Amino acid sequence: MLLRHTPTEITERTALTINPAKTCQPIGAMYAALGVHGCLPHSHGSQGCCAYHRSALTRHYKEPISATTSSFTEGASVFGGQANMLQAINNIFTVYNPEVIAIHTTCLSETIGDDLPQMKKKAHAEGTIPEGKYVISASTPSYAGSHVTGFSNMVKSMAEMAEPKGKKNGKVNIIPGWVEPCDMEEIKRLTAIIGVKTILFPDTSGVLNGPLSGEYKMFPDGGTTVAELQSTGDSLGTLALGEWCSADAARTLDTKHKVPCSILDMPFGLMATDRFIDALRTIAGVTIPEEIAYERGQLVDMISDMHQYLYGKKVALVGDPDQLIAMTEFLVSMDMKPIHIVTGTPGNKFEKRIKEITKDMGCEVNVRAKGDMFLLHQWIKNEPVDLIIGNTYCKYIARDEDIPYVRWGFPILDRQGHQYFPTVGYKGGLRLLEKILGVLLDRKDRDDSETKFELVL
Amino acid sequence: MATATKKKMVQWDATDIKAELLSKYPPKVARKRAKQIMINEALQNDTPALTANVRTIPGIMTMRGCTYAGCKGVIMGPTRDIVNLVHGPIGCSFYAWLTRRNQTDAGPDGENYMNYCFSTDMQEQDIIFGGEKKLAQAIQEAYDLFHPKSIAVFATCPVGLIGDDIHTVTKNMKEKFGDCNVFAFSCEGYKGVSQSAGHHIANNQVFRHLVGQNDEVKPGKYKINLLGEYNIGGDGFEIDRILKKCGITCISTFSGNSTYDQFVSSHTADLNAVMCHRSINYVADMMETKYGIPWVKVNFIGAKATAKSLRKIAGYFGEQELIDKVEQVIAEEMPAVEAALLNILPRTEEKTVMMFVGGSRAHHYKELFDELGMKTISAGYEFGHQDDYEGRQVLPNIKLDADSRNIEELEVEADEGRYRPRKSDQELQALDQAGYKFKQYDGLAMDMDKGTLIIDDLNQYEAEKLVEIMKPDLFCAGVKEKYSIQKLGVPMKQLHSYDSGGPYAGFVGAVNFYEEIDRLVNSKVWSHMKAPWQKNPQLSGSFNWE
Repeated sequence: MLLRHTPTEITERTALTINPAKTCQPIGAMYAALGVHGCLPHSHGSQGCCAYHRSALTRHYKEPISATTSSFTEGASVFGGQANMLQAINNIFTVYNPEVIAIHTTCLSETIGDDLPQMKKKAHAEGTIPEGKYVISASTPSYAGSHVTGFSNMVKSMAEMAEPKGKKNGKVNIIPGWVEPCDMEEIKRLTAIIGVKTILFPDTSGVLNGPLSGEYKMFPDGGTTVAELQSTGDSLGTLALGEWCSADAARTLDTKHKVPCSILDMPFGLMATDRFIDALRTIAGVTIPEEIAYERGQLVDMISDMHQYLYGKKVALVGDPDQLIAMTEFLVSMDMKPIHIVTGTPGNKFEKRIKEITKDMGCEVNVRAKGDMFLLHQWIKNEPVDLIIGNTYCKYIARDEDIPYVRWGFPILDRQGHQYFPTVGYKGGLRLLEKILGVLLDRKDRDDSETKFELVL
Repeated sequence: MATATKKKMVQWDATDIKAELLSKYPPKVARKRAKQIMINEALQNDTPALTANVRTIPGIMTMRGCTYAGCKGVIMGPTRDIVNLVHGPIGCSFYAWLTRRNQTDAGPDGENYMNYCFSTDMQEQDIIFGGEKKLAQAIQEAYDLFHPKSIAVFATCPVGLIGDDIHTVTKNMKEKFGDCNVFAFSCEGYKGVSQSAGHHIANNQVFRHLVGQNDEVKPGKYKINLLGEYNIGGDGFEIDRILKKCGITCISTFSGNSTYDQFVSSHTADLNAVMCHRSINYVADMMETKYGIPWVKVNFIGAKATAKSLRKIAGYFGEQELIDKVEQVIAEEMPAVEAALLNILPRTEEKTVMMFVGGSRAHHYKELFDELGMKTISAGYEFGHQDDYEGRQVLPNIKLDADSRNIEELEVEADEGRYRPRKSDQELQALDQAGYKFKQYDGLAMDMDKGTLIIDDLNQYEAEKLVEIMKPDLFCAGVKEKYSIQKLGVPMKQLHSYDSGGPYAGFVGAVNFYEEIDRLVNSKVWSHMKAPWQKNPQLSGSFNWE
């Protein structure tokens, strides 16, 4: 048994986190920054933070992750990190020459109270930021929120780059949240079919799902450009996908530049995608083409064809709030029973939302924000499930408890495809369904007796 | 940014390459980096010719990690029955959770916490009001849940800054429990200049809190400790197999597949065999001073190196029975190795490789590449010190800078009850006359060819340039470097965690490695990078179906 010391009996823990269902803010800021064209993320802290974040993102995306660090030593930690930062900015523009440096803080620089805006001012005054280049920054203390909060904070800093010219650009801002590069591509495909012009930010497609061609570009062709970010203040409106990941940036554009916004769920599964498409229709005043209805129909078709294998199946979920809310709704919409749901990210709204979605399910639901995977495992031991959906760390629980398991979320360290095959939208719904049915039916084929074993399912 | 150019390395000499690496840097950076790039003369220097173990330049994309990573991730990570509790915000514990491929075998009922991740998950109020209470409570909860033999606490950056006294908290909890050794590491990420500082801090605390706690004499002959072996990909299992076959008793491994009991009994061994000089030589030195256990450098990476190391261990004990047994084992193991080489060597001979990894690994793996007939055209360490490059004879001439002075040096004296010289003066003299060297490590540079480039703390920009100019057949570093190198069309092997596979140590490991390198340098994969229309653009004129 891999997790042999996990007892079935649940005791209350107030100080000890075991097997977390979250990580820290800076990695989210780093991922978000990679979705800006020509942007180099910079970690203002000890160099281990940067090394860990780059490693974790590299293992998930299997792509180069470029990022720099202020390489704090004891001296900088005592006297402040300004000298390191100024030197870093100069070195970065000289050696790597990005369009943008996106600085995020760490628990180290936050604890000593380093003042990023002041440092940026000084860098400007000293002329270390070349003409036409940008330095943006986000405060991302690791001791508050989670990786999702860090992502949101950096996206908010992108929204703060808006420089409205006063003339509407006819576009809709879409903030996709922390989804895979292919999900961002899929959102762009859908909006193109519908005929809505958009500014998608951040956009890691073409950055973190690149080809092998014998050429290495530190700054690949993808990513939202600075010009696009500046133009977000002139857009018709903003669709923020996911309250936790994207709402702050959308509200910033609303408050500062009167760009109206709608906060939607991430478009995973049938109903959340329906709401996303309908919102696009309303904001842009377009008719939804038949092609989209057709894709939707295909998803409904597969759900109805395979309903007998989904109905009543109990599911345990772990991941990030925005993803889990949409996934829970998707599962409930197919008459499945998500009964154990954990995120490590704080937020009371999460538990409320999940309870609302599952209220007619007819059974008890365990839900916890600020929970951990140790607790999830204990819940599963107390009430077993038919399926686990979550990141790669779930495989230790899935193997110990012998439960079918679908990899979905962050990080996925041991399987491929998540970078390339989207799970947003109707087509993404089909893929999720394919994965879920795949593991459920593999299990049925494994466990059925020879008498019951069937060719056609 | 760069396209792999067609320029062949023969057009460049080492001086030109060095100049090219430095050309883009601001003057201050260029001056500093110049001291960390050495054109090897393969001479034994008395004074360091290369600067190492110095600060990384802010904004220069380094391969290095932090002190915490060296302490928790490297040294204590592979220990299975100690609850390793990280005191800090969640990230540090999360990133060190199962990411280093340390294998462990705890048996059906053994204690194994390696698959778990423990953290106090410090929040803003803990930073403001202090985290000591939360730490004490977390230790209590871990104790109540698991009743482990030991709980080790690791400090992350904010802990040192806000002044949490983790050593008092752990001391109090240890006294409270009575049956659980609770102790702490002040391994805040900002201490030192790389992981290396964390190794030192880990060594100090393991020595202070674990080594020497159990005097019970273990059964077995020819007792050694294997220091600096971390059981990546099962390396330690292969070494254990060979030692066992030879009749050598391994009392403890620091720290691959290790247990609490191994650490506390390690002072009962009669020889310390040091694998990774960089990460563990501190413990070897301290154990010699306090308990009288001599140490020798060994290397089980490479079949020849393994044979040599076994002979070295046998030579120390000097008993004919062991010497014969070791020869017999080598004679049994080598045919499979030679058969594999006979097949693979024609496909690897004369291929070129670069290695930038570890504080000893680049040197160890050179042995394996030598066996494959491959040329190591450039190498360096991520966190090595001058003595790892140029040998321990430069130690007296290394100037301690402020960063190194911040890391505690334990004052160690001979233990009155437990100090026991393992060899008489006469025996030592005889060994010395026979050419037997204790405490000797000659460093990487001695084994590198003349004119090759030895580069300390290589960064992303220099790596890309080196590959572009020298076009090696294989590049070895860590996971962060992997995909940018491969985008250039050069296969990349991780030598920290091996990507996948292993073991690569010992005799079985050598064969695994030969096969893996054969796969990498002779792969079809890299021939698929260009589509037919990209390879033959001149054919893109008019062409009709007629």
